[in-house]
Amino acid sequence: MDKREYFAANIGAHLDRLFGAAMRLTRNRADAEDLVAETVTHGLSKIDALREPEKMLGWLLRMMTNLYISEKRKAREKHAHESYREEADSDEPAFSLFERLHQPFLLWWGNPEQEFLNKLLGEDIEAALNELPEQFRVAVMLTEIEGLSYQEIADSLNVPVGTVRSRLARGRSLLQKLLWRQASERGLVEADEGSGDD
Amino acid sequence: MTDEPKELRCEDAIRLLFDFLDGELDHDHGEAMDDHLNTCRACYSRAEFEKGLKERIKQTGGATASDSLHDRIKKITNDY
Repeated sequence: MDKREYFAANIGAHLDRLFGAAMRLTRNRADAEDLVAETVTHGLSKIDALREPEKMLGWLLRMMTNLYISEKRKAREKHAHESYREEADSDEPAFSLFERLHQPFLLWWGNPEQEFLNKLLGEDIEAALNELPEQFRVAVMLTEIEGLSYQEIADSLNVPVGTVRSRLARGRSLLQKLLWRQASERGLVEADEGSGDD
Repeated sequence: MTDEPKELRCEDAIRLLFDFLDGELDHDHGEAMDDHLNTCRACYSRAEFEKGLKERIKQTGGATASDSLHDRIKKITNDY
């Protein structure tokens, strides 16, 4: 079986993962389907570059990310007068859910961190992920959901590994801040001076 | 990281925690983290929380491609 036959025979099994990743990137079902189709077409045109066919899912995920970022870049250049949501203020201190929740004096009588995780709904996390600025959302999604390495993400985004680390750190901090705010609004935690709104 | 890993202090463990959980630490630093987490309750609790949160985030990645997308992709691969 040559690479193209292998690709055609196995692409169906990877569609859920590819579609899920496309949804995380585009946040829109129709755009996600278009991105998957574009990725598959592009993959077929570059099939000779696929060295290990059994690793085609990771190869396609990186390709999809690259296609998405390239399209966004072109759209930004076209509408250069529009403001682009730059990375958040780098002076903002990191936010940690653990530091808000942890109560060491409880010792064996409670675990507020685990209780928080138990009460966290999938839709809370999805909403918080969708609120992240794009550069952070992409980095967090590719690490946490797709399991790509920092180098793989750097290659996909055409940025240094240091930039990936920075975006991940800030993306995670902001994600945790958003989850804290949601929990405060639902009354699951008490908002205090560290409510995450500062 | 070019410095030799020694016994980690908590501030180092916290700084390296996400690299550790993401599988990005080299062998020696990874071992140093393991040793620290085996002996420090506070850092162990933090690592367990962040690991749990990572797992919850990963679980949100599920999605189902529609039949129409499957058909569209099948057409692309057949026609290419």
